[in-house]
Amino acid sequence: MSSDAMAIRTVRIESRPWVEVLHEWITTVDHKRLGILYIVYALFFLVVAGIEATIIRIQLIHPRNDFVSPQVFNRMFTMHGTTMIFFVAIPILFGFANYLVPLMIGARDMAFPRLNAFSFWLTALGGFLLYFSFVGGSGLYGAGNAPDISWWAYAPLAAKAFSPGHSSDYWTIAVLVSGFGSIGTGINLIATVLCMRCPGMKLTRMPLLVWLNLTMAGMLLIVITPLSAAQIMLLIDRYLGGHFFDAQAGGSAVLWMHFFWIFGHPEVYVLVIPSFAFMSEIVPVFSRKPIFGYPVMVGATVCIAFLSMSVWAHHMFSVGMNSYANSFFAITSFMVGIPTGIKIFNWLGTMWGGRIQFKTPMLFCIGFLFQFLIAGLTGIMLASAPFDWQLTYSYFVVAHFHYVIVGGILFALFGAFYYWYPKMTGRMLSETLGKWHFWLFLIGFHVTFDTMHFPGLLGMPRRIYTYEPGRGWDTLNLIVTLGAFIQGIAILVFVWNLIISYFKGEKAGNDPWDAWTLEWSVSSPPPVYNFATVPVVASRRPLWDKKHPEDPDSRYE
Amino acid sequence: MSAITTPFPEAPVAWSLPYRGKVAMAGLIIGESAIFTIFVVAYLFYIGKSLTGPTPRDVLETPIFFTICLLSSSLTVHFAGRSLERNNRGAFLSLWSLTILLGGLFLFGTGREWHRLIYEHGLTISTNLFGTTYYSLVGLHAFHVTAGLVMLLIVLMFALAGRVGADQFRRVDVLALYWHFVDAVWVVVFTVVYIIGR
Repeated sequence: MSSDAMAIRTVRIESRPWVEVLHEWITTVDHKRLGILYIVYALFFLVVAGIEATIIRIQLIHPRNDFVSPQVFNRMFTMHGTTMIFFVAIPILFGFANYLVPLMIGARDMAFPRLNAFSFWLTALGGFLLYFSFVGGSGLYGAGNAPDISWWAYAPLAAKAFSPGHSSDYWTIAVLVSGFGSIGTGINLIATVLCMRCPGMKLTRMPLLVWLNLTMAGMLLIVITPLSAAQIMLLIDRYLGGHFFDAQAGGSAVLWMHFFWIFGHPEVYVLVIPSFAFMSEIVPVFSRKPIFGYPVMVGATVCIAFLSMSVWAHHMFSVGMNSYANSFFAITSFMVGIPTGIKIFNWLGTMWGGRIQFKTPMLFCIGFLFQFLIAGLTGIMLASAPFDWQLTYSYFVVAHFHYVIVGGILFALFGAFYYWYPKMTGRMLSETLGKWHFWLFLIGFHVTFDTMHFPGLLGMPRRIYTYEPGRGWDTLNLIVTLGAFIQGIAILVFVWNLIISYFKGEKAGNDPWDAWTLEWSVSSPPPVYNFATVPVVASRRPLWDKKHPEDPDSRYE
Repeated sequence: MSAITTPFPEAPVAWSLPYRGKVAMAGLIIGESAIFTIFVVAYLFYIGKSLTGPTPRDVLETPIFFTICLLSSSLTVHFAGRSLERNNRGAFLSLWSLTILLGGLFLFGTGREWHRLIYEHGLTISTNLFGTTYYSLVGLHAFHVTAGLVMLLIVLMFALAGRVGADQFRRVDVLALYWHFVDAVWVVVFTVVYIIGR
């Protein structure tokens, strides 16, 4: 009966003209479709920004290379950084949050479906504007095209006098517009989690992914907005002749740094907290144990969110703040290590004594654990001001934050892809290709980013266009670039896996991983309405209760 | 009970969640507060750092009357909501219109002050740091007042068309919450610009 209904529906979908399908996707307000739009959009920009990274690495493969001009090089690292943060990392995490949060709390949709669509299209417009600068950025002056002011756009580089034409305007407006989108998503997620939970889903019973995304959404409101304010000031300076960051009229370039990093540092946590969320869902399922220390995990997350707001100026030790400010920001930065350590121990505690299944999602999560730990350790090194004076603006810093973003966030994201792809498409990703992807990417990652620490320690500054031979950087840079190519191949394997599994993958069924959260109780992909009847939950693992009525969790919580 | 819920326990007797409109507006207010904080910090940081005149002491006059207008509109919008809740349509319409009038008066006051500053004192946004920070902070607030007035006017139009009844009072309260926020921000801006800044 039900399979007949499915077949009829499928035939009808295939017979519709593609314009109608496209129209449906563009006008959709469904959280699942918007989630997929976010993810596809971000994957597209992941490839674009990956190509930019490759151009940077080819330029640096040997000394005195002239693969691209210095001007193009500046544009490439600016576009690479801006794209990866604002148009890859943020949208891809929003995509997963959009898709999963309503399903996990037993809701029909987000609290404000149309605001959700609006936020997505604002983000999309932002990415379009940023890349339109390649075409429209030269303006009347014929100066430059894409922005070349680096992703943090320090004053006075971003001032009209030093950045004529419109390239910096495209950067500013792209970031501003996508920031408004992020604020909309933040508000929407908070309202969804607080107001749309199914009966019995108390705050203390929410899956950790929901808790962590709630924390992330709360951070968005106070983290993205300072950047929006600073961008408005920059626009006033550039268009209305204001003097916010104009040192010649008494303005302060350091104020821009503060405003930027008040956004810039917590932003890392906006990205990493959803990655923690993936970890907290995937690790228990593949260890066949409930998460260890649920309340402590929630507490540690909220604690990280609070602490992260008071560490921004550790990006500015070399600016010349007084010793009290330096000490304050060094101490708060060290303190972030405490709740983060708690989380790492809790994941280990979850795995401890479990019957661990080394499926691809779990492999990526284990990679995350090790790499995020190392990234945290170099972070603590850089948080001590004297060490930072020595190594700031060097490749050591570049290696550190790529360790966080690639070794941490991206690994957790890949885990999430392998874990939830069956739910989103109804097909399993290939395990064989997945293992190839994992090992190639792991090797490529370590070849690139482990090695990259050393030119930094040897004094190679970041953002240089080229370098002289004989400084001990030559071989190291060659190795870094080779690793980048291995990562590129791994990404191609991943994309191929996404495509081939969509058509040929094994059918997933409702619950391929024998998991415990509500999204696995509905079909894959879930029906438009999510739940035929509103679920009622009594514990943190509603599906465990359903599968084991003789021994439900609700008895112990 | 259907298959999916059978193993689950009965629904809790009392299951009430907060109203999503109010939560979302609270979220927006938190975000907006952060934006205003950055502008206020910039204003405070640049007090007395202008390299040329005019200075705030020379040209600013405290807008007491218009401040009273704006602050009292918080009261009128609150009681308008209560009248709507009690389904007292006449009181709602008159209090709501009075709110719009008071907000409009405040905007007029800002406009008059800007006109005076520009034409009598030659202070524009590009004159000096005071001009830059003053016009952007006060202007950001005036922009929020304008946005609030537009929304208040839309509700007034629907109310005059008879579409706003007692069942809508929670939605109207969400807008009132925004209006209270705009007023509260003015207290901060007023303190910073007209008291500390001089």
